[in-house]
Amino acid sequence: MATTNQPLAIVLDFSRDHFALFGLPVAYALDGARLDQAYRDLQAQIHPDKFVHAGAAEQRLSMQWATRVNEAYQILRRPFDRANYLLLLQGIQAMNSSVMPMDFLEQHMDWSEELAQARSARDVATLERLERALRIEARAYQSRLAEEIDQRHDYPRAAETLRKLRFTDKLLAEVGAAYEEML
Amino acid sequence: MALLQISEPGLSTAPHQHRLAVGIDLGTTNSLVATVRNGVAVVLNDAHGHGLLPSVVRYLKDGGSSVGLTAQAQATEDPHNTILSAKRFMGRGIKDIPDLATMPYQFVDAPGMVQIRTAAGVKSPVEVSAEILKVLKARAEASLGGELVGAVITVPAYFDDAQRQATKDAARLAGLNVLRLLNEPTAAAIAYGLDNAAEGIYAVYDLGGGTFDISILRLTRGVFEVLATNGDSALGGDDFDRRVYCWILEQAHVHTLDDHDKTLLMSRAREAKETLSEHATASITVVLSSGEIVDLSLSEAVFNAMTASLVNKTLLPTRRALRDAGLSVEEVKGVVMVGGSTRIPRILAAVGEFFGQSPLTNLDPDKVVALGAAIQANVLAGNKGGDDWLLLDVVPLSLGLETMGGLTEKIIPRNATIPTARAQEFTTYKDGQTAMSIHVVQGERELVADCRSLGRFELRGIPPLVAGAARIRVTFQVDADGLLSVSARELGTGVEAHITVKPSYGLSDDEVARMLRDSYSHAEEDMSARNLAEARVDGQRLLEASEAALRENGATLLGERERDQIEQLMLTLRLALGRDDLAAVKRATEALNQGTVEFAARRMDTSVKQALTGQRLDSLEL
Repeated sequence: MATTNQPLAIVLDFSRDHFALFGLPVAYALDGARLDQAYRDLQAQIHPDKFVHAGAAEQRLSMQWATRVNEAYQILRRPFDRANYLLLLQGIQAMNSSVMPMDFLEQHMDWSEELAQARSARDVATLERLERALRIEARAYQSRLAEEIDQRHDYPRAAETLRKLRFTDKLLAEVGAAYEEML
Repeated sequence: MALLQISEPGLSTAPHQHRLAVGIDLGTTNSLVATVRNGVAVVLNDAHGHGLLPSVVRYLKDGGSSVGLTAQAQATEDPHNTILSAKRFMGRGIKDIPDLATMPYQFVDAPGMVQIRTAAGVKSPVEVSAEILKVLKARAEASLGGELVGAVITVPAYFDDAQRQATKDAARLAGLNVLRLLNEPTAAAIAYGLDNAAEGIYAVYDLGGGTFDISILRLTRGVFEVLATNGDSALGGDDFDRRVYCWILEQAHVHTLDDHDKTLLMSRAREAKETLSEHATASITVVLSSGEIVDLSLSEAVFNAMTASLVNKTLLPTRRALRDAGLSVEEVKGVVMVGGSTRIPRILAAVGEFFGQSPLTNLDPDKVVALGAAIQANVLAGNKGGDDWLLLDVVPLSLGLETMGGLTEKIIPRNATIPTARAQEFTTYKDGQTAMSIHVVQGERELVADCRSLGRFELRGIPPLVAGAARIRVTFQVDADGLLSVSARELGTGVEAHITVKPSYGLSDDEVARMLRDSYSHAEEDMSARNLAEARVDGQRLLEASEAALRENGATLLGERERDQIEQLMLTLRLALGRDDLAAVKRATEALNQGTVEFAARRMDTSVKQALTGQRLDSLEL
C-alpha cells in the first residue's frame, strides 16, 4: 500500500457543538435511544480504561475527550439543559433575564406557600398532588419549547418558556427535598 | 527488489504474552487477591490454602511485622502493636474517629491523617495498608510465577477523595502499579453481571466490615453504568460487633478492663455475631485478666433489637440513591448482596422487604469484589478476551469550594459520571487584592464546617485591581480513579497564574519517598534500583504503545517525515532501556511522549469518528 506524504486532514474539532459530537441534528426534539447509543459507542473508543497502556499524551487526551463527552451527554439528555444550550448556540443567555409574567409569578407563589405548609405539616397527600400538578406543567413547557425552538424558531419566546420551566423544576426539587425530610 | 512483507490483520508482529494482573479487595476485616486464569476469575490462596487474609498487621520490636492470621492470633497478647481495621483510619484525622475509647491503640494526632505509635515506630494507616498489600503482591507473584504489570484495587464507592488518595499511596508504597481504583459495588456488579448476562437496573448493597455502599447500576449490552451511589463510610460489621461488646459490658457489670480484655471481648463479640448467622443463640464465655468470668447467652431476637438502628441506617442511603437515580423500587430488577455482613439474617430480610424481592446471594459475598476487580484488571492490562465492556462510574460526594461566610459552593455535583471537569469563575472582594485563598471541600452540606476539608491553596500574583475586576477561573478535574485535581488561573488581564494541587491530607511525594526508604533495609542502592526499574517499566510501556499505534495508524495518519521522527525517538528509547542510566531512560521516555502528542491527537480523532460511523451504520441497518 502506498503511503502519502500528507497527513490525513482531520475534520473533527474539539470545539464542535454537542449535537455534532454525537452525530445528532441540532434540535430540541431528541431521539434518546440514539443519543444513549452514540454516547456508549464514543466512550467505548475514548474512555481512559482503553488507554491504561498508552503513552502519557494519549492518556491525557483520552481523559479530556471522555470528560467532554460526559459533559455533552449530560447537557443533551436533560430537557432544561438541552434547551438552554440550544439558545446559547443562538447567542441567547436565557437565564440572564428575570422578567416574568405576573399571573405566572402569582401561581408559583401559591404553590410555594402550599409546599411550605405541606412540608411543616408532613402532609404527603398535598405533596403528591403538588408534584403531579408541577409535572404536568413541566411537560407542557417542554412541548412548547420543542415547538418554539424547532418549528417557529422563536428564540426570545423560548427563553421565556425556559425561565418558567426553571421555576417549575426548582419547585419540583423542593418537593423532592421535602420527601427526603420525611424519610 | 525488496519484497513487501504482508502481515495478516489482527496478527501483531510481536505477539504479546499474557500480562499478569490482579484485582485486590483491600477490606476492613479481610483482604483478597484474585486473577483471571484461563479465562476464569479465581481467588489466589496462600501456601496453606487460605484465600482471605485478615487485614491485621502486628508490628514487632525489631522493626519487622507480621500480617494476617499470625498477627490476628496475637492480637489479644499484643493489642497495642496489632492493628486491626486500619481501613477505618485511612485519610482520617483523629477527630473523625468516633470510637477511640474502645480501641487499644496509642493514636498520634498528625496533620491530615491520624497515626499509631507501635513497637516499630509511629505508623500511618497508609503504611499499615501497604504491609497488607505487600503480602498479597508476594502471594500473587509466587502463585503466578512472575512480576505483576499492575493491580486494580477496590475502594468503597462512598470513600471521599482523602480516603482514595490514601489507598493509592498505600499501593505505591507496596510497589504496586495501580491500573485503576475501582468502586467495590461496581466490581461486584462486573463479577455478577458477566456471570449472569444480566440486563436492566440492579442495586448493589455492600455492607463490609467498616463501610456501607449502595450503588444503582444500569446494565446494557456490555456497559455498566453507575446511576447513583450513596452510603456511609463509617458503618459496617464492626459496628454490630461493638453493639454486642457494649451489651456484654452492661450484662456482665464489668468495669475495669485492660487492653487485653478489650481485644478479647471484641473478638468474642464478633464470634457471637457470626454464630447468630446460623444459630438461634450464641454463648459468650470469657475469663478476664482479673480472674472474673463472663458467661452469657445472646439470642437472635436480642441481637436484632440492639442492632435494628444500624440496619435502618443502611436503608436511608438506599432511598437516597434511588431518588438520585430517579427510580422507584419497582424498577429494580435485582439486588446483589456483597460483603460478609450481609450474612446477618436480619439484614437479608430487611433488604428483601425494602426491595420487595429476595436479594441475590449466589456469589460468595466475601469474594465477589476481588473477582470483579480481577476481571477488570485483566482487561485493563490488555489481555482482552472475546468480551469487551465499559464501566462508567460516578463521583460519590459533591466537590466544591468555600465562599464568603463559610458557605460551600458546589462545583461538581455528586453522581457526576467520571472523568469530569467543571470550571467556575470567582473574583476578588478587596481593592488591590493580589492573592486568593482557595479551600477545597467535599460533601453535601451547606456549611463548610460540615463538609470534609480536602485542602487549601493560594493563588498568588493576581494583578492589583479594584475589587471585582479580576477574574479567577477555578477548574476541578476528577480522573477515572475518582481522584481530584484543582487548578486556578487569573483571566482578567491576560496575566496567568497557575497551580495544581494535590489535596493536603494526602502524603506528599517526600513522605512517600521517606516511607519507601524506611521499608528498605539497605536504603540507597535499593532505592535507585527501584527507581530505574520503575522508569524502565514506564519506558517499555510507552515503547510498546507506540509500536502498536504505528502498526495501526502509522501509514494513514502520519507523513513519512513524521513517521521517521517518531521511529528515531523510539530507537533512542530502546537503546536507553538497554543501559543502566536512569536519567537517559527518563529523558528518552519524555522525548517520545512529547514527540507523539500530535499523533495521539489524530488517533483520538479517528477513534471518535469511527464510533460515530459505526453508530450510523448500526442505525441504518435497523
